[in-house]
Amino acid sequence: MSEETIDTLKPGVADQDGSPNAPVSSATQSGSSPAQRAWRRFKKNHPALLSAWYLALLLIVIVAWPVALKIIPATGPHGSAWAKAYAPEELSDAQFQSPSPQHWFGTDEHGRDVLSRVLYGAQISLLVGFVGASVSLVIGVLWGSIAGLAGGRTDSVMMRIVDVLYSLPSIIFVVVLITTLGQKLKQMPFVRHSPGIEHELRLMILFVGLGAISWLTMARIVRGQVLSLRTRQFVDASRTLGASPVRILFRHIIPNVFGVVIVYLTLTVPSIVLYESFLSFLGLGVQPPMASWGSLISEGVDQINPIRVYWWMIVFPGGVLVSTLLALNFLGDGLRDAWDVKGS
Amino acid sequence: MYFLRRLAYMIPLLLVISAITFWLVHLAPGNPFATERAPASPQIEHNLRAKYHADEPIWKQYVRYMGGLLHGDFGPSMKYRDHSVTDIIHQALPVSMLLGWLAFGFAMGVGLPVGFATAVRRGQWHDYLGSFLALLAVCIPGFVIAPLLVLGFAMKWKLLPVALWASPLHAVLPTIALGLYFAGKVARLFREGMLNTMQMEFVTAARAKGLGENTLLLRHAVRLAVLPVVSYAGPMLADLLTGSFVIEIIFQIPGLGVFFINSSLNNDYMLTVGLALLYAVLLIVLNLAVDFAYMILDPRVKYE
Repeated sequence: MSEETIDTLKPGVADQDGSPNAPVSSATQSGSSPAQRAWRRFKKNHPALLSAWYLALLLIVIVAWPVALKIIPATGPHGSAWAKAYAPEELSDAQFQSPSPQHWFGTDEHGRDVLSRVLYGAQISLLVGFVGASVSLVIGVLWGSIAGLAGGRTDSVMMRIVDVLYSLPSIIFVVVLITTLGQKLKQMPFVRHSPGIEHELRLMILFVGLGAISWLTMARIVRGQVLSLRTRQFVDASRTLGASPVRILFRHIIPNVFGVVIVYLTLTVPSIVLYESFLSFLGLGVQPPMASWGSLISEGVDQINPIRVYWWMIVFPGGVLVSTLLALNFLGDGLRDAWDVKGS
Repeated sequence: MYFLRRLAYMIPLLLVISAITFWLVHLAPGNPFATERAPASPQIEHNLRAKYHADEPIWKQYVRYMGGLLHGDFGPSMKYRDHSVTDIIHQALPVSMLLGWLAFGFAMGVGLPVGFATAVRRGQWHDYLGSFLALLAVCIPGFVIAPLLVLGFAMKWKLLPVALWASPLHAVLPTIALGLYFAGKVARLFREGMLNTMQMEFVTAARAKGLGENTLLLRHAVRLAVLPVVSYAGPMLADLLTGSFVIEIIFQIPGLGVFFINSSLNNDYMLTVGLALLYAVLLIVLNLAVDFAYMILDPRVKYE
C-alpha cells in the first residue's frame, strides 16, 4: 500500500474512534441517539401528538367493540338484546332512524346501527391501509436500495422504469386487475366449495394491487438515501473486509434508511386508505356484507332522494374517514419534521 | 431533441401497456355477450363471436386490434352494440375534459391565492387557518364532499341542480367537488415554494436594493415559487380526468369515467382497453407538456 492511500484512510479510522472534528459523531457526544432527538422534537408538535392519540383511541375502540359484542350477551337476556341491537349485520325494523341516544350515528335502510357498521368498516379500511402500505414498503425499499447500491446502468434502467410507471394512470390498471381477478376468483373450484374464502381472497387482491401502485415514491427516496450511504466509510470498510452486496444491503443499508422509510410509510397509509374507499365506493373493493368506509358512504349516497334526507349515513362514515386521514397526515408530517427528512 | 426522444419512447411503452391490458381483460371469465335477459341461442352466440373475432387466439385478436388502432379505429363496443368505441370516446371525452379543466381552473384559482397568502403571513392566524383548510381539503375525498354539497346546495337550499349535465349551473357542484382536493394540494405546494424562495439570496439582494415588497413577491418570487405547482400540474390533470369517476357517477355526468367503470364490470373488452390506452396517452402527453413548461419557466433546467 502506498503512502498516499494510508494517509487518506487515516481520517476514516479517526472517525470511527469518535474524533471531535468528524461531523457524524456529534450525535453520540450529546448523549442521545437520533431516535431520541426525533422523539423530543415530535413531542413538541401538538397536532401530531393529538393525532397519534386520536388514532390510538380509534384503534382501541375498533378492537374493543367486536369483543364487547361477543362478551356482553353472556351477561343475560338484557345483554344479548343489547348485542343484537348493535350487531353490524343484524337487520331490524328500526329503519332510517336519525341519530339518537340509542343509535349515536342513526340506522341505515335495513335498521342496522351505523356506528357499529362504521367501526366494523374501520377494521377493513385500516387493514387494507396498513397491509397495502407494507407491501409498498417491501417493494419500494428493495427496488430503491438495489438500484442505489448497484449504480451505473442497472440503476438508470431501474429508475427509468419508475419514471415510466409514474407517468401511467395506475388506478386504471388496478380497476382492470381487480374486476378481472375478482371474476376469475368466482370460477375457481375451491372458492365454489367455500364461498366465504372469496372475501379474503378479494382483500388479498386489494392489498397487493394497492401496494403495487404505491411504492414509487418510496423507491425514489430510498435510492437517494442509499446513494449517499454507500459512499460512507463504514460501507467501504465492510466491502473491504469482503462483505457480499447482499450482506451490505441487509446489514448496513436497510437499517440506516429505516427512519426515512417509517416516515413515508405513515404518509402512504392514508393514501391507500383513500384508494380503497374510492374502489369500494365504486363497488369494486370489498363486497357486501363486508363493509368499509367507502362502501358505507356509497350506501348513504344511494339513499339520496328528494323526499327525505338521511344525512347521517354520509356525514358519519365520511367524518370518521376524513378525520382518520387528517390524523394520519398530521402524524406523517410530524414524524417527517421530527426526523428532519428532506423530500425527494 | 430531448422531447422528440421522449415521444419516441412512447411507442414501445404504449405497445406494452396495450398488450398487458388486452391480455388482462381477456383473462376474465364470462363473455361480453352474456346478458341478464334470456341467454342467446348457441347459434346466435356463435355468430356474435365470429363477428367480433372472439373465437380467434388472443394474439391474433391483439394484432387485429392494433391494426385497427393505426387507422384510428378503437374497435366495436360489445355492450353498447350500436356504438363503436371511437363513437363513445367522441361523445364522452369532451365532457370529461371540460369537467377536468373547470376543476383545474378552480384548483388554481383557489389554491394559488391561499398558498400565497399563507406564505406571506407565515406564523399569523391567516397562515394557521389557511394551512389547516388546505390540509382538510386534501383529506376530503370527492365522494364525501360531493354528496354533502348535493344535500346542502341542491336538496336543502335548492340553489343548484342535483345532477345531470345540461347548463352551466349544472357544472358548479361537480367542479367544486372534483377541484377541492387539488386546490388544497396546490395551496400546500405553493406555500412551500414561496417559503423556500423567500429565503433565497436573490430575494434579500433585491430587497436590499430597495425593490418594493409587492413587485418583489409578485414579479420575482412567484415565478420561481410556482415551479413545484407546475411539476405537479401534469399528474394533477391526469388525476382530474381519472378522479372524476366518482364525481361523474354521483352527478350522473355522461363522461368517460362512467363508461370505463361499466366496461370493466361488463367485460366490454374493447372499451376497457381503448379507454385505458386513452388515459395512458393523455397522461404521458400531459407530463411531457409539463416538462416543457418547466424548462421555459426555469432556465436553470436543461434536459439532454
